[in-house]
Amino acid sequence: MVSKLIEEKKRKQKTFIAIREKTIPFLLSICAIVSIFTTLGIVFTLLFETVTFFSRVPFIEFITSKEWTPFFKSDPSFGILPLISGTLLVAVTAMFVAIPLGLSAAIYLSEYAGEKTRKVIKPILEVLAGIPTIVYGFFALTFVTPVLQKIIPDLSFFNALSPGIVVGIMITPMIASLSEDAMNAVPNSIREGALALGSTRFEVAVKVVLPAALSGIVASFVLAISRAIGETMIVTIAGGSTPTLTLDVTQSIQTMTAYIVQVSLGDATYGSTIYYSIYAVGMTLFIFTLIMNLIAQYISRKFREAY
Amino acid sequence: MMNVQKKKLTKKIYINLFFKSLFFTATSFSLVILAVLLYRIFTQGWEHLSLDFLTNFASRKPEEAGIKAAIFGTLWIMAITAPVSIILGVGCAIYLEMYAKQNAFTRFIQTNISNLAGVPSIVFGLLGLTVFVRVLEMGRSVLAGGLTMALLILPIIVVAAQEALRSVPRELMEASYGMGASKWQTIQKVVLPAALPSIITGCILALSRAIGETAPLLVIGALSFVAFVPESIWSGFTVLPIQIYNWTSRPQAEFHDIAAAGIIVLLVILFIMNSIAVLIRNKFSKRY
Repeated sequence: MVSKLIEEKKRKQKTFIAIREKTIPFLLSICAIVSIFTTLGIVFTLLFETVTFFSRVPFIEFITSKEWTPFFKSDPSFGILPLISGTLLVAVTAMFVAIPLGLSAAIYLSEYAGEKTRKVIKPILEVLAGIPTIVYGFFALTFVTPVLQKIIPDLSFFNALSPGIVVGIMITPMIASLSEDAMNAVPNSIREGALALGSTRFEVAVKVVLPAALSGIVASFVLAISRAIGETMIVTIAGGSTPTLTLDVTQSIQTMTAYIVQVSLGDATYGSTIYYSIYAVGMTLFIFTLIMNLIAQYISRKFREAY
Repeated sequence: MMNVQKKKLTKKIYINLFFKSLFFTATSFSLVILAVLLYRIFTQGWEHLSLDFLTNFASRKPEEAGIKAAIFGTLWIMAITAPVSIILGVGCAIYLEMYAKQNAFTRFIQTNISNLAGVPSIVFGLLGLTVFVRVLEMGRSVLAGGLTMALLILPIIVVAAQEALRSVPRELMEASYGMGASKWQTIQKVVLPAALPSIITGCILALSRAIGETAPLLVIGALSFVAFVPESIWSGFTVLPIQIYNWTSRPQAEFHDIAAAGIIVLLVILFIMNSIAVLIRNKFSKRY
């Protein structure tokens, strides 16, 4: 009798385990599929709302008109070019700051620094990378802009230069750490070979390690540009809200991200053309960053030197 | 002849020294920036930090303004973001590392996740605005904000959890199988406990990213002037970074000072979270 009960219990346990072994992978695969639905959600959201936008504003006007004046009561103009120029102006300024700083840090950390220095500098770079962008925005507006105004008296209060510099500081750790990873992947035997032939550390870094790690370094630049293009709070706070097609970094501009924030803050009525315009701008932004990310992946996969 | 060679050599050495110091200066520059940033914010905001600042609601008068609503809003958002993103993220990682076959579909999911990680946060805001706020009719609520944030940090958690799971040695799993354990028993009793410290560290870091994030919630329509504490997941809300943004965007200098005070609170929260993460990583992670 007792043995029968035990038998029964064991059988039940076995079926329970068998069922569990079947259902759990299924549940887990649902978790994985959520990530695909997120991407689909993004693409379809942007696509549907953008299509509505283009049913009201001609696509040709969107990509060729040089004026972005959505808030004009009569005859508003929706030309994305000023927003793109503003975005690129900030991104390029940022790269002028981030490439020299980030690459120097990477070379120093991988070719010169000892273990002790690395242990100090690496966490500092991590802290810099972890500071919220709103804090950088505050820093740009209340410190960098006033300082720059002392150097360049013509600088307007909102400008592309100050957020550009601060975005550059923000993405420096990213370039530094990704480039350093690429340089660390270069085997030591190559370095030692060059050193044994009488090269200095600098020659080793520039003539041996940099060329060998080039694909990873370039990929890190592209990823950093993509980050700079998608950056929102710094440019919203310090960049201004006057979309102008200009290459002058001292003037107030507007980036794509800043425009989306501006509309979101000022209750655009649901269904208005302005409401749909943020999706068209978001779509443009999404395409820009997606292309950048794909290029970065392609570069690091295609041109990787294998040792 | 010897002289020319010697000159060349000295030149080389000087060039090396020059660039070494140049690289070092450039590297220390980021240290200087960090110091200036922290110094500026602390000197500007320190005076405004008080218990009143933490327990008052936002106000039109800078001296009475506080961040109570923002702190509670951040907590409410995290109460939704944390469970959703951790369950989905870790689940996805377990599936990819333990169950998924090496086929095109798995590679597709993997590529998809790394691409999601590169999507600007504001685009996630647009996704949340359409899907959660409009289509699912959640309104501009805590629930919509929390879910949007969960999707935003999902890729970070997946990648961190995958790395943690991958670092568990195969021998442990094989020993478990050898004892007659089923696959899920092995995962539950052997793999997950071994990977847990790294997973927790990754999750805390991802959540601290969400706490500092502003843009998606601005797009969703988090309120910037809130004088109440959210009562349910359907309430309107504000969060710390949005409150800071609101004060920063005002022209008066007094509001910039309390924005700095808000930033101090935000940075302290992030610092505590990061310290806990590092502590867990150093204390509990085993090397096999």
